[in-house]
Amino acid sequence: MLNRRIFVQTAVVAGIAAAASLAAPQGAWAANEKLRIGFVGVTSGPAAAWGISNVRSMQTRAAWINETGGVKIGDKTYDVEIVTFDDQKDPKRAIAGMEKMAQERIHYVVGPNVDDGAAAVRPVAEQNNIIYFPYAFPKSLYVKPASNAVLGMVANYQSGPAIYKYLQDKKGVKKVAFVCANESDPLSQRESGVAAAKALGLTVVSDNITYQVDTTDFTPVLTPVVRTQPDLLVLSGAAPANTPQLIRAARELGYKGLISAETAQDAAVIKEGAGDLANGFISVGGASTPEIATDAMREFVARYTKMFGEYNDESNTKVYALEYIFETLKANPKAIDNVEEFKKTMETLAAENIFMKGGAKLKYVGMTSFGQKRQVSVPMVVNEYRNGKFETLFIAEVD
Amino acid sequence: MEQIIANGLYLGAQYALIALGLTLIFALMNVLNFAHGQMYVIGGFVTYTVYAQLGLPFVVGVAASGVTLAIIGALVQKFLFGPVIRKSVREESTMLLAAGLAFLLDAVVLLLFGEKQRGVPKIVNGIFNYNDYTIVMPYDKILVGVLAILAIAAFILYMQYSKTGRAMRALAQDKVAAQLMGVDVDRYSIIGFALGAMLAGVVGGLLVTVTGINLGMGGPTSIKAFMMVMIGGAGVISGAIAGGFILGMLESVGLTVLAAYGDITYLVIFASLMVFLAIRPQGLMGKPWG
Repeated sequence: MLNRRIFVQTAVVAGIAAAASLAAPQGAWAANEKLRIGFVGVTSGPAAAWGISNVRSMQTRAAWINETGGVKIGDKTYDVEIVTFDDQKDPKRAIAGMEKMAQERIHYVVGPNVDDGAAAVRPVAEQNNIIYFPYAFPKSLYVKPASNAVLGMVANYQSGPAIYKYLQDKKGVKKVAFVCANESDPLSQRESGVAAAKALGLTVVSDNITYQVDTTDFTPVLTPVVRTQPDLLVLSGAAPANTPQLIRAARELGYKGLISAETAQDAAVIKEGAGDLANGFISVGGASTPEIATDAMREFVARYTKMFGEYNDESNTKVYALEYIFETLKANPKAIDNVEEFKKTMETLAAENIFMKGGAKLKYVGMTSFGQKRQVSVPMVVNEYRNGKFETLFIAEVD
Repeated sequence: MEQIIANGLYLGAQYALIALGLTLIFALMNVLNFAHGQMYVIGGFVTYTVYAQLGLPFVVGVAASGVTLAIIGALVQKFLFGPVIRKSVREESTMLLAAGLAFLLDAVVLLLFGEKQRGVPKIVNGIFNYNDYTIVMPYDKILVGVLAILAIAAFILYMQYSKTGRAMRALAQDKVAAQLMGVDVDRYSIIGFALGAMLAGVVGGLLVTVTGINLGMGGPTSIKAFMMVMIGGAGVISGAIAGGFILGMLESVGLTVLAAYGDITYLVIFASLMVFLAIRPQGLMGKPWG
């Protein structure tokens, strides 16, 4: 009796399995292998916008690649899967996130977004053969003996001097004031900004005013700064959420000089928060301004907008990390699970930059700042905000 | 100094309104509503949607924020806090529930409104400029400050003279005695929570015109609201108002006077608060409803 029941059950299960296999689309058998790329960064809380623009850039690009057949590395074609971990801007959670990536045998990770998180994950990444692309500026992550971190953007100590020099030469700036949030990233960016300004011979009239990251009314913060009457007010490390309010408060206090930031900003956010008061605001962006954007960049923006309802200008820079990972792996397929091979290829990579006009190349840079190629070469596009959108002021390159 | 006082008064008015809803909920149900800041954020996003996205008048946006949050508050009390208060005598049960609710609302806000900072067009253009920038105050801030003070006054009058207000005050003073006098505890708890949440929504709607709104504002707003309540005395309306104005003035004075020493304003405020609470743990105004 028992044997008969087991026989019947087995037959039913086998029948369902056979039917399912016949019903399954043929393509399912021919599915590409998965190439899993990690993200460890902040996607919740006050700084969520930084990490979410990373994740959404990666997801948009991955979906686009998968839709068009996958990414061919060596003789294999892979579908891209993005594995994300929200570190909540907490270094302890960032370590947990990187450990999760290691457990899942992921070798290439984008993030973390802030200095302390990027520094915290370094031992985990190095012990587990993970190359990671932080959006954090401490030089110790990128100079020897460190070798697994690759800076994913232009650092403020690279963009700041270029912007100040431009404004000194073209706009006659002589006096500069700095204001920043009381957090490690903005504070370190302010320090390097002050050093760069002094090196150019500019007079720093205020460099000790900071604000809490959760400040919503910046009038009291900026009151003493504006009274120093600077020609240029630098918002060091300003988060996109704070920038419009800072601009608005400064203008309402009667400040008529220039305002700049060395962090990526979002034109829509500035328009909503500061409106015409933000005209003339200078910041660093990626490659989506009409002068340099290719059809691929425009398609990326369109796909991102379609997937998530609204584009984020910060993603102009953040789309690049994934592209660098793919191009390096294409150039050396052995690097798919061997980060030492990846590092070797970083020395020589020169692939087409599909997002920027003018024959720009994807290549690793950083020799001047770090003594080794541990930075992606993204265009340093200095933008000026005007009437709801960014206009290119000038373009420069790191190294 | 004139500018510092003006900044402090403006901050105080908006802070007091934020603290009122929190202290009302605490007074009625002994619930520390850690989700108060998230309710403020939802209020801001509702006004943003109605005023900036749909193009309806600003006043409709603020009203929509108030109504939305009142409904959310009533539902939260009826289906979450009410049952927990009835079943559990441990106060930490409601605290954990409130913390969980804060996380939930954060996630809901992210899903519905996204991660970006949002702002709305100015409701009034222009700047009040007294004596060549001796005192500068944008007209929209003045309007928001006046509206906040009017809302506070309306709230006090409502609590003082309406039947519902008297019932809620009775509940806050002595729940058992109020029940014996025929006050429906469940009903007025729902009304009280709805009113507290509505205040958070209204202030979110008002301030979105000045500060904008984003996902991350909830937690810090709750912390500041708790500070004001601690200064003034938990569960005391006049205490919340006093706490709001004191915190606003301390912040304004500190940010200017202490600027040369770095960002130590909140360090000084927190240290002073600890000393103050060690001396007077019940805050300035003492017991609920005085």
